[in-house]
Amino acid sequence: MGVTVTYLSLIVLIPLAAMFVRSLGDGPAHFLSVATDPRTLAALRLSFGGALIAALINLVMGMLVAWVLVRYPFPGKRLLDAAVDLPFALPTAVAGITLTALFAGDGWIGQFLEPLGLQVAFTPVGVVVAMVFIGLPFVVRTVEPVLADFEKEVEEAAATLGASRLQTVVRVILPSILPAALTGFALAFARAVGEYGSVIFIAGNMPYQSEIAPLLIVIRLEEFDYSGAAAVGVLMLLGAFLLLLLINLLQAWSRSYERR
Amino acid sequence: MTITVKGVAKEFGGFRAVDDLDLVIHQGELVALLGPSGSGKTTLLRIIAGLEFPDRGQVLFNGDDATARAVGERAVGFVFQHYALFRHMTVFENIAFGLRVKPRAQRPTRAAIAERVGELLRLVQLEGMAHRYPTQLSGGQRQRVALARALAIEPRVLLLDEPFGALDAQVRKDLRRWLRRLHQEMGLTSVFVTHDQEEALELADRVVVMNKGRIEQIGAPAEIYDRPANPFVYEFLGQVNRVPYRGEGNTARVLGRSFALEGAAGDGIAYVRPEEIEISREPRPDSVPALVRHVTALGPVIRIDLDLEGSDPVEVSLPPARWRDLCVAKGDAVHLRPANVRIFPAA
Repeated sequence: MGVTVTYLSLIVLIPLAAMFVRSLGDGPAHFLSVATDPRTLAALRLSFGGALIAALINLVMGMLVAWVLVRYPFPGKRLLDAAVDLPFALPTAVAGITLTALFAGDGWIGQFLEPLGLQVAFTPVGVVVAMVFIGLPFVVRTVEPVLADFEKEVEEAAATLGASRLQTVVRVILPSILPAALTGFALAFARAVGEYGSVIFIAGNMPYQSEIAPLLIVIRLEEFDYSGAAAVGVLMLLGAFLLLLLINLLQAWSRSYERR
Repeated sequence: MTITVKGVAKEFGGFRAVDDLDLVIHQGELVALLGPSGSGKTTLLRIIAGLEFPDRGQVLFNGDDATARAVGERAVGFVFQHYALFRHMTVFENIAFGLRVKPRAQRPTRAAIAERVGELLRLVQLEGMAHRYPTQLSGGQRQRVALARALAIEPRVLLLDEPFGALDAQVRKDLRRWLRRLHQEMGLTSVFVTHDQEEALELADRVVVMNKGRIEQIGAPAEIYDRPANPFVYEFLGQVNRVPYRGEGNTARVLGRSFALEGAAGDGIAYVRPEEIEISREPRPDSVPALVRHVTALGPVIRIDLDLEGSDPVEVSLPPARWRDLCVAKGDAVHLRPANVRIFPAA
């Protein structure tokens, strides 16, 4: 217990506290002006909104991928299984450049999307694409073991009781993997909010449009506006904390059946 | 409901789990499928349930071919060895599940579901547990929830796969009695799988002894125990002494006593139950000397292990009163006489 608290303080709490203090370094007025700056707000909206959308996409697709990886044998399954982790290992800049190349107007995918009026690269859509890419493994890896442990007998029991396949999936299987899926969702979301490397390449970084909050922090730093950078950081932190808290509460509720 | 199994066969990757099997289970019967692991008893049960489809053969419910019918349409109540309860649902929701997933037209109203679940909770003696989760229950309670859940859909047959396998000895015994009573009250055709011969003999109206995907013998418990059809059944049911004998013309000498060989002459194996060997201090006609190696008091029976000259050790069991009269202990010399043996000539 003592060790844990000390460790957490050293690693997490002290740097965060320092950031809080630093954000007020030029007085509360400056903090407020940064916090209410439309550019800051736009950047925060994009970071959080994009991360939320990306995490939702990952929640659904991640569960599908995990389902297929657990339930169906197919050639090359091991290879695909290993490939799921690649977004973890790839330097984020590489991911960003690759995605940009793919979705740019003359890229493999972009050349088909652009004539349809769908521009991905250098728009907020591109931001979400990058966030989906880096967040996918979280959901897959948290859901996979739970799904693998799921007893076949429980599904059979539902079938003997007259439940259709769909009813079995919706009423029996999904609620069982929901806590794990929410964990994956939270992780994917947190990662996407803080993501920098892969996003800045594809985003185009237009202020008010496709500029993410972490980038704004770097920009403020380059302007030697340290307290402004810290202020954006504090806002991100509060937002992330609130959302993660909410997800945690949801999770606690979804696994209330495990309480004794 | 009468269940007829006709020429059913099922292979798993070259392994014959069930091999051309015929069986009729009558309305209201409680039948045990008894056999060692790998004998195909669970596969047979799952084929009857519709959880497994046979490669060949038919399953008839009241004469109607149900072979192609999906599990959900068969109206069978299935109880799994490890309960297979829905962990994220309360006891109430578990039991109500089968009613709630019915098509809208057949689905009972909320009130009717609540009433039915209440009845079932009383039946399985779990009133007041409705809002617990399965993790908060003991093994025996969980199995009763599983049973109530299976009964909720008013099944035509109740199928139980090793229903007491995961429970403590005492709980198992109580639950067994309780299930027997329940069966008598409801008269539901029931089939259960077990590898525990005591359980099969105590609970079932008829026992089906299975081995290697085939039926070795079908009969009432007493019949199976007293007149096993073949060496397999003899060895699988209860304790038995296996005594090889040498045929001498038309007779065989088993533990000193001569028995007539009907049909095949020659060597073979005789089976003698431990309780069918008489033990005495003094030699008698047809008796054979033996040396007491060990005495084990098991409560209602006393088991005595004996060494014989020129033969394998033999086990004898006695009621405690008889043992006190005899007063034998380790190292004593005694005489044995088989009261009853079954002879199986070597094929």
